[in-house]
Amino acid sequence: MFETLILILDATLRVSTPLILAALAGLFSERSGIVDIGLEGKLLGGAFAAAAAAAVFGSAWIGLLFAIAASVSLALIHGFACITHRGDHIVSGVAINTIVAGLTVTLGLDWFSQGGQTPALTGAARFTPITLPFADQVAEVPVLGLIYSELLSGHNILVYVAFLMVPLTYWVVFKTRFGLRLRAVGENPHAVDTAGISVAWVRYRAVILCGVLCGIAGAYLSTAHNAGFLKDMSAGKGYMALAALIFGKWRPVPVLLACLLFGFLDAVAVRLQGVSLPVIGEVPVQAIEVLPYVLTVLLLAGFIGKAVGPKAIGKPYVKERA
Amino acid sequence: MSQAKVPVWVNVGLIPLFNIMLALLASALVFLAIGENPIEAAGYLLYGAFGYDEGIGYTLYYATNLIFTGLAVSVAFKAGLFNIGGEGQAYIGGLGVGLVCLWFDSSLPLLLIAPLAIIGGALFGAAWAYIPAYLQARRGSHIVITTIMFNFIASSLMVYLMVNWLKQEGLMSPISRTFEESAWLPYLHDLLAPLGIDMGDSPLNLAFILALLCCVFYWALVWHTRWGYQLRTVGTNPTAAQYAGIDNAKVTIWVMLISGALAGLVGVNEIMGVNHSLLLNFTAGYGFAGIAVALMGRNHPVGIILAAMLFGALYQGGGELAFEIPTITPEIVVVIQGLVILFSGALENMFKGKIEAFFLRRAAA
Repeated sequence: MFETLILILDATLRVSTPLILAALAGLFSERSGIVDIGLEGKLLGGAFAAAAAAAVFGSAWIGLLFAIAASVSLALIHGFACITHRGDHIVSGVAINTIVAGLTVTLGLDWFSQGGQTPALTGAARFTPITLPFADQVAEVPVLGLIYSELLSGHNILVYVAFLMVPLTYWVVFKTRFGLRLRAVGENPHAVDTAGISVAWVRYRAVILCGVLCGIAGAYLSTAHNAGFLKDMSAGKGYMALAALIFGKWRPVPVLLACLLFGFLDAVAVRLQGVSLPVIGEVPVQAIEVLPYVLTVLLLAGFIGKAVGPKAIGKPYVKERA
Repeated sequence: MSQAKVPVWVNVGLIPLFNIMLALLASALVFLAIGENPIEAAGYLLYGAFGYDEGIGYTLYYATNLIFTGLAVSVAFKAGLFNIGGEGQAYIGGLGVGLVCLWFDSSLPLLLIAPLAIIGGALFGAAWAYIPAYLQARRGSHIVITTIMFNFIASSLMVYLMVNWLKQEGLMSPISRTFEESAWLPYLHDLLAPLGIDMGDSPLNLAFILALLCCVFYWALVWHTRWGYQLRTVGTNPTAAQYAGIDNAKVTIWVMLISGALAGLVGVNEIMGVNHSLLLNFTAGYGFAGIAVALMGRNHPVGIILAAMLFGALYQGGGELAFEIPTITPEIVVVIQGLVILFSGALENMFKGKIEAFFLRRAAA
C-alpha cells in the first residue's frame, strides 16, 4: 500500500512538472495584465523545437535552448499583438495555438519525413534521471529510504528545476523591484506610467519570462518525459496549467499545490483504470480526468473560495496624450 | 479636418482584405520555408476545392460546419462575449442529434426525425452553453475560461458515454450502431440527380440548406428585432445598455443559448448527414475554426458564408494538396487558419491607423 502510494506520488511529480512550469509562465504574463491562452501553443512549439534540435545536434541541452528560443518568439508575437497593437489577448492566444498546432506537424514532416514526428531520441539527446547521492544505499531503510530513493531521487534535472522555480518566482514577483512593477502594471498601469516606468517594457519582459518557462516545459515534454515529438503532444496541458494558475489564484505556492493536485488526479486516474474500489465500485477514469476542470469552474463561480485576477488583465493600455 | 471621414468601403472592405492578404502572404512564406512553390500549391488547392463536382461538394460540406460554428462565435461576439467553447457545444449537440436518431430511427419517418434531431442538437448545444453563460451572468466567472473548461469536460463526458453506454456491442472502437436509413439526412447529389444535375459523390447533404437558413435567421435576429438591438447595445456599450433598462445578464444568457444551439447544429451535418452513427471526435476543430470564420467574415452572415467557403476550400484543397505533394500535410491548412486569426483578429489594428490616416489626408486635401 505504502509502496503504491509512493509510486503514485512519484508519477505525480513527473506529470506535474510541465504544469508547474507552464502555470508559472502564465503567472508572469497574467500578473502583468496579459491574458495567456497561448500557453498550450508555446508548450507545443517548445516541445517540437527541443526534439528537433536534440535530434539534429544530439544534445538535450541544445534542444532546451531551441525550445526556449521558439517559445520566446511566440511570446513576442503575442506581446507584439497585445502590447504594441492593443489586439485582443484571447484572439491572439488562439491564433498562436492554431498556428503552432499546424506548423509543428508541417515542419516535422518536411524535416524528418516521419509523418510529423521527430526521430526517437536516445542517449545525450534526452534528459536522463539523476540519482541523488546515497539513494541506492538508503533504499533499504524503511519508509524514509523509499521516500528518498523512489520519490525524491531518480528524476531528470528539469523536474528539479520546475520545483526550484516556485520559490524563485515567489522571490521575483514579491521581493524584487521588477516584481513590484510587474504586479503594479497588472493592477493599475496608469499609476506605473505616472511613476515614469514604461508599461509596455515591463509587459514585454513579463511575456519573455513566460516564453522562457514555457520553453523549458516544452523541452521537458519531448526530451525528458518522452523521447521525441508527437503530433499534439501537449494534449491540453497548457490549458490545464491555465486552470491551475486560476485555481492557485495567481500566487506561486498555491499554483504549485494546484498543479500537484491536478498531477495527482492524473496519476490516480491511470492507476484506477479498471480497478474496483471498495464501497464506490469502479470509478470511471473520465470522472477523475475531468475533476481539474470541474474544480476550476466551481472555483471561478465562487462556490469554493473566490478567484480574483489582476485588475487590469486583458485591457490594452492606452497612454493618455494631452 | 474633423469633418473628414474615412470612407465606409475602406473600413468594411479594404482593411479586412488587406489583413487577409497579409495572412496569405505569411502562408506563402511557410510554403517557401518547406521548399514548395506557393503558387503551384495554390493551384492544387483551388483545383481540389473547385476543380470538379465532387471537390465542390466536399468544399460546401466543410463550409456547412464552419457556417454553424462561425455564426455561433459571431453572435456571441455581437454581445461582446467570446465563446471559445464552440467545440464542446458542437460535440454535445452531436450527442443530442445522435440520441434522437438512435431512439426514433426505426419508429418514425425522416420527415419527423429530421426536425426532432435538429431540435435535439440545438437544445443539447444550448444546454452546454447555458452553464458558462449563467456563471458569467450571475456569478461573474469569466466566460472564456469556463467555456475552455467545458470543452474538456464535454470531451471526457463523450468518451465515458460512448465507451460505457452507446458503443455497439462487439466492436473494439467506440462507435454506436449505424442508424436506420430513415434517420439519414439526404445527400444533395441524390436530391439533385433526378433534376439532371450531377454533383459527384460528396457528403454534402441537406444540412447545408439548414446552415443557409441559420444565416438568414441570424441576420433577421440581430438587425431586425428588438431583441437583436438589445444584444448589439450590450456588445457595444454595456453601461449604456444598463442605463437604457436592458438586463445585461439576461441578454448574456440568451445570446449564449443561441450561440450554443448554432454550434450544436454541427451534429446534424456530421452525425445525421455523414457518419450515420455516433462516434468520438467528429468535431475535428470546427469549433475553433469558427473563430477564424467569424473574424474573417466580420460578424456578418454574408461575410461568414464567404469565409466558411474559403476555409472549406482550404480543408478540401488541403487534402488534394497533400495527395499531390506528399511532403505536405493537410495540417498546413491549420497554419493558414491560425495566420488568418492572427492577422485579421489579433493584429487587425496593425495597419488600420496608417490606412485610415492615408484616406483622412486625402479627404482633407
